[in-house]
Amino acid sequence: MNARVRIQKGAVVDGFLVGDLLHTGGMATLRRVSRPGMSMDMLMKVPALLEGEDPAAIVGFEMEQMILPRLSGIHVPKFVASGDFAVQPYIVMERIDGQTLLQKLDSLPLPYDEVARIGIKVAAALLDLHHQNVVHLDIKPSNILMRESGEAALVDFGLAHHDQLPDLMGEEFRVPYGTAPYMAPEQILGIRTDPRSDIFALGVLLYFFSTGVRPFGDPKGARALKKRIWWDPPPPRRVRPDYPPWLQEVVLRCLEVDPLRRYPTAAHLAFDLAHPDQVKLTARSEKVQRDPWSARVRRRFNPEVRPIALREVAPPRADTPIVMVAVDLDGDADLLEAMRVTVRRLVEIVPGARFAIVNVLKYRRIGIDTTLDDEGRNKHVTRLVELKHWAQPLAIGETRLTFHVLEARDPAEAILEYVASNHIDHVVIGARADSVRRTLLGSVSAEVATKADCSVTIVRPPRAPELPAAAMDGPDPF
Amino acid sequence: MRLALMADIHANREAFEACLADAAARRAERLVFLGDYVNYGADPDWVVSKIMDFVAKGEAVAIQGNHDSAVAARIATMDSPAESALEWTRNQLGADQRAFLGALPLTLEEGDCLFVHADAAGPSRWTYVTDAADALRSLKATQRRVTFCGHVHRPTVYNMSATLKLVKFRPVPGVSIPLLPQRRWLAVMGSVGQPRDGNPAACWSLVDTARAEITYHRVPYEVEEAAKKIRRAALPEMYAERLAFGQ
Repeated sequence: MNARVRIQKGAVVDGFLVGDLLHTGGMATLRRVSRPGMSMDMLMKVPALLEGEDPAAIVGFEMEQMILPRLSGIHVPKFVASGDFAVQPYIVMERIDGQTLLQKLDSLPLPYDEVARIGIKVAAALLDLHHQNVVHLDIKPSNILMRESGEAALVDFGLAHHDQLPDLMGEEFRVPYGTAPYMAPEQILGIRTDPRSDIFALGVLLYFFSTGVRPFGDPKGARALKKRIWWDPPPPRRVRPDYPPWLQEVVLRCLEVDPLRRYPTAAHLAFDLAHPDQVKLTARSEKVQRDPWSARVRRRFNPEVRPIALREVAPPRADTPIVMVAVDLDGDADLLEAMRVTVRRLVEIVPGARFAIVNVLKYRRIGIDTTLDDEGRNKHVTRLVELKHWAQPLAIGETRLTFHVLEARDPAEAILEYVASNHIDHVVIGARADSVRRTLLGSVSAEVATKADCSVTIVRPPRAPELPAAAMDGPDPF
Repeated sequence: MRLALMADIHANREAFEACLADAAARRAERLVFLGDYVNYGADPDWVVSKIMDFVAKGEAVAIQGNHDSAVAARIATMDSPAESALEWTRNQLGADQRAFLGALPLTLEEGDCLFVHADAAGPSRWTYVTDAADALRSLKATQRRVTFCGHVHRPTVYNMSATLKLVKFRPVPGVSIPLLPQRRWLAVMGSVGQPRDGNPAACWSLVDTARAEITYHRVPYEVEEAAKKIRRAALPEMYAERLAFGQ
């Protein structure tokens, strides 16, 4: 084997000048590095390979070496270079200027709105990661950094699973790896492929940050770890009596034992965190006690009520997009009906879809706006009532449906902003039938279709039947 | 160096041409043929000529597969429906082509790579490498870090850690797999002309030796045309039928 360069301050490794030690952990050390011609703030991660170290450190390092170069975007550190084991194993990556969520631990519990704000940011990062075929499997405060620009970035992919690459971790170790307080039940049972495991871990974090206590404590040993499969955590309201029911609903849904009962995607979770008033409250939100012991025993010993996804191989993931339906309530009846027909098709074809029915209430360009209309009714409330009335025949289940009235000067801009901030997958929007009005007023649908970063369906009313003139005017031939 | 690896062409001209075009489009610099150029398909003459041509020009290397060995050997080594097809193939080929197939090496070694049609533990026994135990046996039989083989017709990648743990993986078409330097790897090619993993598209692999990566590619081709020729040649119907399903 070649002689290794001792990684210490002042050493040069493959052109990288080694700087200060930033962190020493069980698995790796982090050092600041620089390189002439590169302005990016960088760090070098070197795995702990000493005798007696955890063998997971090596495999984890290999996983990170495979996965990190394949990731992109603001929610992960940028990969720069890596060195292999023959000479000196290391990964050089962007050093993110920001604090980890570990720094928050001294000020727990945090205000509820701050917890929700953090949750939205982390969910956006998870969504991005999941779209890149990766499940993180070690979501916890120390692996989440908040960038100066506000986005959450996820670090440490040593335990991660990539759907399209060999899973070295899963094969190498029979015991599940993870961080005990945050591990999802299925992860404890050795399943490493479900993105909803990350949603569970984020649920643990939200619970912890909003109550100051960890929902499952910090169990030691496999037996204690497995308890969460049968035991539900104390409801947050039990810890903090003023806990908002909507937040308890969200957090306990993340912590469902059965992945099928959690949020299907991080986008759905972010959506609820961003719209507390639209969260559908169920029995979860009202719980003040843990389930009685009889329920736990039943869960444990009755195969019929064992969580579905834990009974066998997890069923294929459902298609669960968030669909935004932009309804122009001032549009003509034909168009409103055509919109309903299109949305009904989606409701039927994509049972996992969630629908956000949205109307834009336009500010007047000139003059002072009031929230009341000419008859003195609250415009916002009136619009909500009308939206619900429009959607009523669609018979979309309550849990799949929310209503929103946006107030804006520019409807297209408001819709685009909504698409971006709510991770919308698909927009359904009507086109003005009247080309004169379209020319005068501009086409909102065209602008949305051009600028949105998701699929857009533009709905038009059915063509008027073109009857031959003779058939209409002529004498009845019979 | 960007190597295009092609295994189990099986006299399927349409599939072979589609893979060659795809490999050229992906800037492959050199071809490696991993055996079984003949049998099942209706174009043994064209396929073998093409391969001889590449090898003569120094653009490719080729090793021998069990079907190539059987065609060259003039010995009945297979069961009877296969034997009649083999006889048909033999008659399609000239003496020089048969001699070429018969003289091909069983293995080739280049850098840290070993190329072999079947199991490196006994290249002329033609054992299938279908599970982790087979892969372990094959990997233990060579000093080379990365082994490439064919014969199985189902794309699979195995890797072995320093602790001899095997990871079996089904590659995703178009997604490159890093051949991590601290591990040993065995890559089983998909088949160009006779895919059997349920996907009828022809399969070849691009190996980038500088980046130590392998990418499996799937290429659609005129399956109907290849099947029609098999029927016209009165070869066993099954050879034609299975092409449409990749079975």
